Amino acid sequence: MTPSSPAAPADTEPTGQRAEAQQRPEALTVVPARNPWRWVGTALVAVVLFGIVWSLFTNPRWQWGVVAEWFTAESVVRALGNTLLLTAIAAVGGFVLGFFLALMRMSSSGLLSSVAWFYIWIFRSVPLLVQLLLWYNVGYLYEVISVGIPGTDVAFFQAPTTDIINKFGAAVLGLTLHQAAYSAEIIRGGILAVDQGQQEAAASLGIPRWRRSTHIVLPQALRSILPPAFNEIISLVKGTSVVYVLAYNELFYTIQVIYARTNEVIPMLLVATLWYVIITTVLNIIQYYVERHFARGAVRTLPPTPLQRLRSRIGGTR
Amino acid sequence: MSSTANDQQTPDEQTARPVKGHVVIENVYKSFGDVRVLEGVSLDIKPGEVAAILGPSGSGKSTLLRTVNHLENIDAGRITIDGKMVGYEQRGDKLYELHEKEILRRRTNVGMVFQQFNLFPHLRVLGNVMEAQVSALGRSKTEARAKARDLLKRVGLEDKELAFPRQLSGGQQQRVAIARTLALDPAVVLFDEPTSALDPELVGEVLDVIRDLASQGVTMLVVTHEMGFARDVADTVIFMSDGLVVEQGPPREVFSSPKHERTRAFLGSVLEPAYNL
Ligand SMILES: Nc1ncnc2c1ncn2[C@@H]1O[C@H](COP(=O)(O)OP(=O)(O)OP(=O)(O)O)[C@@H](O)[C@H]1O
Ligand SMILES: [Mg+2]
Repeated sequence: MTPSSPAAPADTEPTGQRAEAQQRPEALTVVPARNPWRWVGTALVAVVLFGIVWSLFTNPRWQWGVVAEWFTAESVVRALGNTLLLTAIAAVGGFVLGFFLALMRMSSSGLLSSVAWFYIWIFRSVPLLVQLLLWYNVGYLYEVISVGIPGTDVAFFQAPTTDIINKFGAAVLGLTLHQAAYSAEIIRGGILAVDQGQQEAAASLGIPRWRRSTHIVLPQALRSILPPAFNEIISLVKGTSVVYVLAYNELFYTIQVIYARTNEVIPMLLVATLWYVIITTVLNIIQYYVERHFARGAVRTLPPTPLQRLRSRIGGTR
Repeated sequence: MSSTANDQQTPDEQTARPVKGHVVIENVYKSFGDVRVLEGVSLDIKPGEVAAILGPSGSGKSTLLRTVNHLENIDAGRITIDGKMVGYEQRGDKLYELHEKEILRRRTNVGMVFQQFNLFPHLRVLGNVMEAQVSALGRSKTEARAKARDLLKRVGLEDKELAFPRQLSGGQQQRVAIARTLALDPAVVLFDEPTSALDPELVGEVLDVIRDLASQGVTMLVVTHEMGFARDVADTVIFMSDGLVVEQGPPREVFSSPKHERTRAFLGSVLEPAYNL
């Protein structure tokens, strides 16, 4: 924009109109720029959307009746619970383990940081599917799990592997360990984004190292950790469907079992999809509020929540 | 100056000569790889003394301050505060690096105020001043809160305790940072260009707080470009160049008749004619 531009439009107006407007500013009307292509585009999108929705409701092969029937069926709801449980354990476990891995990777100890590097390398390299099957079959490789002093016969705890690593155990192990590798990198990225001066200030105040990590650096790192972390959790919700290879009855496996029996493939897939959509939506809402919480202090004033905005709009029109 | 300045001191001690905060720097060397930053620095700062450290950019002023509270370790030499080394312990002719815990404990005795404030942005002002009192000194929250409020009043920010740092002006932030450091009752406070990041009109309010502190018997090492401040407040002016202390003495002497050529050149380049004594 050139410095003289604010004055320019006035010069192009007819003199009579300008004189009138100067007398009565409220007589000015705003004429938005015309954009016919926007209208064409909008109309096109509207037609396509309408077509899709129309077909969804009129094509009988979607079988909405079947969808409704199975949507809240007990077996489906129980499977949904299992999916949520797996997600929760793998997400929490993954992020806790990931936090330690991230600290290890940034440690000045060469051994610790190489171990963390190696872990992340291995668990990002092996496909989750392969890992799940390996864990499930670990009983074949090691028949007994024992905790003791390596190289001696001393054991504090001993149990057959198959007792501990059942389907659920294998699923939890595989998902958590896999998730930890990705979480570690996300957390490390977040920590690196925190100004070095924060560590120094905390150190110069004599704040202990562990407290520095958990109370000074991590809360600030969370701001950049949260968006990719929720990405991970959301893809984990759907990622748990890989566990169907273990025949563990989470949502996707159960759906498959049902449609194998009833042959209603499409409506059953719809049931699963709708549930995944609902979970993702809820997670999106949680993400919004969690991010808002950790934005405290980082921005001068927090923007209003959608609810507050709605309330103020209702209040404003009254 | 308020009566809450130092809870532990009796009125008698406040007027007496301070006994804590004797900083002795002996022949300190420090390099970063090939870059030699400190090349045998020696200083003796008496308890309660205010030393202003001047010198051209890159002369090692910040590095020197950072070695005093062991944010930076040294290659050779010795730094003691009241006879104790900050990062090491001497046994025989060997220096043993202290445990993290002991270093942290000794660090609470040396406060540091940074050019960029480095307040904790996710904590409110009160939280900033309380955090280290609780986690480093083990004070109770009630005690820490009372102390924090006292100090905030002293730096003129008692009405800002619930604000977040980013909601404050630079001058206010730096005053919070000073309160945060004083909350640990340090014997020595290090200032690294505390007013350099501030707009000119905010410099005064921060310098006033530091000036007030100078009269409380806290030993202070202040790296500064504020010549007027150095002249008015400092007991000693230290001039550094190329990793060495080139000149040292009372401000009147150093400013009016610098002995060393480099000091003269530096002062000539930074002093407004009005400051010449
Ligand atoms: N971590 C580091 N690694 C390498 N070189 C460093 C490091 N820290 C400082 N230096 C170098 O040491 C020298 C002295 O730096 P220092 O920050 O102590 O200077 P200063 O006197 O504080 O300068 P200024 O007035 O600009 O703040 C500079 O040449 C700088 O480049
Ligand atoms: Mg510096």
